[in-house]
Amino acid sequence: MSEASRNGGPAIVVDGLVKRFGELEAVRGVSFDVAPGEVFGFLGPNGAGKTTTINMLCTLMKPTAGTATVAGHDVVRERDDVRRNIGLVFQDPTLDSYLTAAQNLRLHAELYGIRRSLVEPRMRQVMSMVGLWERRNTPVGTFSGGMRRRLEIARGLMHSPRVLFLDEPTIGLDPQTRRSIWEYIRELKAGEQITIFMTTHYMDEAEWCDRIAIMDHGEIVALDAPQTLKEAVGKDRIMIHTEDDAATIAALSERFGISAQIAEGAVTFGVAAGERFVPRLFSELGVPIRSVSVSRPTLDDVFLSYTGTTIRDAEEDASAQQSRAIMRMMHGGGR
Amino acid sequence: MTTTAPAPPALGREVVEVHVPPRTIYSELRAARIMWRRDLIRFVNDRIRIASQLVQPLLFLFVMGAGLNTLSRSGTYGVNLKTFIYPGILCIAVMFTAMFAAASIVWDREFGFLREMMVAPVSRSSIVVGKCLGGATVACLQGIIMILLGPLVGVGYSVTLILGIFGLQLLLAFTITAFGVMLAVRIKQMQSFFGVMQMIVMPMFFISGALFPTRGLPGWLEVLNRIDPLTYAVDPMRRLVFDHLHISPFARHVLAPGVTWWGWRVPSLLEVGVVALAGLLMLAVAIWEFSATE
Repeated sequence: MSEASRNGGPAIVVDGLVKRFGELEAVRGVSFDVAPGEVFGFLGPNGAGKTTTINMLCTLMKPTAGTATVAGHDVVRERDDVRRNIGLVFQDPTLDSYLTAAQNLRLHAELYGIRRSLVEPRMRQVMSMVGLWERRNTPVGTFSGGMRRRLEIARGLMHSPRVLFLDEPTIGLDPQTRRSIWEYIRELKAGEQITIFMTTHYMDEAEWCDRIAIMDHGEIVALDAPQTLKEAVGKDRIMIHTEDDAATIAALSERFGISAQIAEGAVTFGVAAGERFVPRLFSELGVPIRSVSVSRPTLDDVFLSYTGTTIRDAEEDASAQQSRAIMRMMHGGGR
Repeated sequence: MTTTAPAPPALGREVVEVHVPPRTIYSELRAARIMWRRDLIRFVNDRIRIASQLVQPLLFLFVMGAGLNTLSRSGTYGVNLKTFIYPGILCIAVMFTAMFAAASIVWDREFGFLREMMVAPVSRSSIVVGKCLGGATVACLQGIIMILLGPLVGVGYSVTLILGIFGLQLLLAFTITAFGVMLAVRIKQMQSFFGVMQMIVMPMFFISGALFPTRGLPGWLEVLNRIDPLTYAVDPMRRLVFDHLHISPFARHVLAPGVTWWGWRVPSLLEVGVVALAGLLMLAVAIWEFSATE
């Protein structure tokens, strides 16, 4: 089974996966396949169900319904086989800060039963990749956040997993570390037969993936290569700041037949050939315009066109909902 | 199994591919062993911890032992109070260290490392067993320091005595670590764990007879004393130490009367069995709890 899945079969197959927490349906029946060697990204705002999905795929949570196989093994029935074949890097640190970097990796190698003679060479390879080989005998407690994340990636790779799961691997890191983490991912893709499954809410990072799935409110709303998704939008994005946004939206729909939305504080809409549209806008809109920006379609536009909101607004909305829920709890009236 | 593919030329790094074998008894033993070693490495690196955990037993032994000696002289029939409580102190010294070792499970949960253990392709039992053996070993290293202090309280060195004390300490430390792990798996925060520890460990210590003979106690205390598992470690420890001392049979009869069940004197071997059984029982509960954690 595992040999067959290594040569050819998809690395991940997900079919109708559902996870419910009480009344909350965090993941509402998602289905997708990931090909071996692919870098597959899960894109969506916080609270969209990305981490819940990843937790089910790496056997940390049992699905409420649906099935999933990873590296050819069922995540519920063949939990151990899945675990042997996956590497995990979580959002939160999971290192022992009292041990040195090398001791952490050696402990991992022992837990995974890696052949003794290969532990040292493999450790050298993965630690050199993340630039920590020279620091291997330093206690992890003295490492910076970026160094710890790099070490976690090295440890996740220690046992040559078929699939590496990265849950928001670059969150909270400085731009330089983020860039180097992407370099590791490309190096891995070139050097080893590994499938990478990651979640992110950075649009620019999603561009690096072979394919992305856009997730919103527990569902996959779009799934394709970033370029294809952007082409499908087909329009340039125009954002204008005006004296009267409501009048602008009315005028746009009346005079140009365009339906616009307010996104990130600006009137936003998509048109084909944006540069040629701007002169018409100034002469015919009839509402004073303070500023205009025209941009080529980005993943943000893809996200906007599928969900009706930008990812940033969606996140603010989610956190607002969360604080409302906390307020309700604090004021005692559960319902 | 071990293919060494050529590295991408620009990067010049050799790819070493490894393989994770299916679970076997051997891989489980390796997992248990590394959990045991982790406790050892952490203990040796943490000298402050070694020192701080010696403070309490030393206080009891030397400060309380010396301070109350004048008061108790008439009741100990020529035996120094320090000598009398020494066996009890040998027990609590390992008890504190073992509980502290178990507490690291709570610590690991707070700092995320628990997750690394939870997703490993090994049985949770191996992890718990390794953890309990680690706690027991660390506690015994601490216990050796207490054994070495023997001559200062009138207990000379002898091979059988030292081996006996060491064996009893090892057993007790294992049982207490299992007890601590059993508690720690359910507790989410370090402060709560120390709270629970104060609430359970101190009463266990005071009730056990580490500081007083177990005969002629008020009824309620006698009942509590016989329930306390630590009683069954302190009593054989005291008998063992007294076997190697020259004291009058009368003093011995008063100071080390032995534990009785409804008037029947429980033999040392059975007492040791009680401690071992309690340890295995708590280990089983700890494994069961740990496996049920998501």
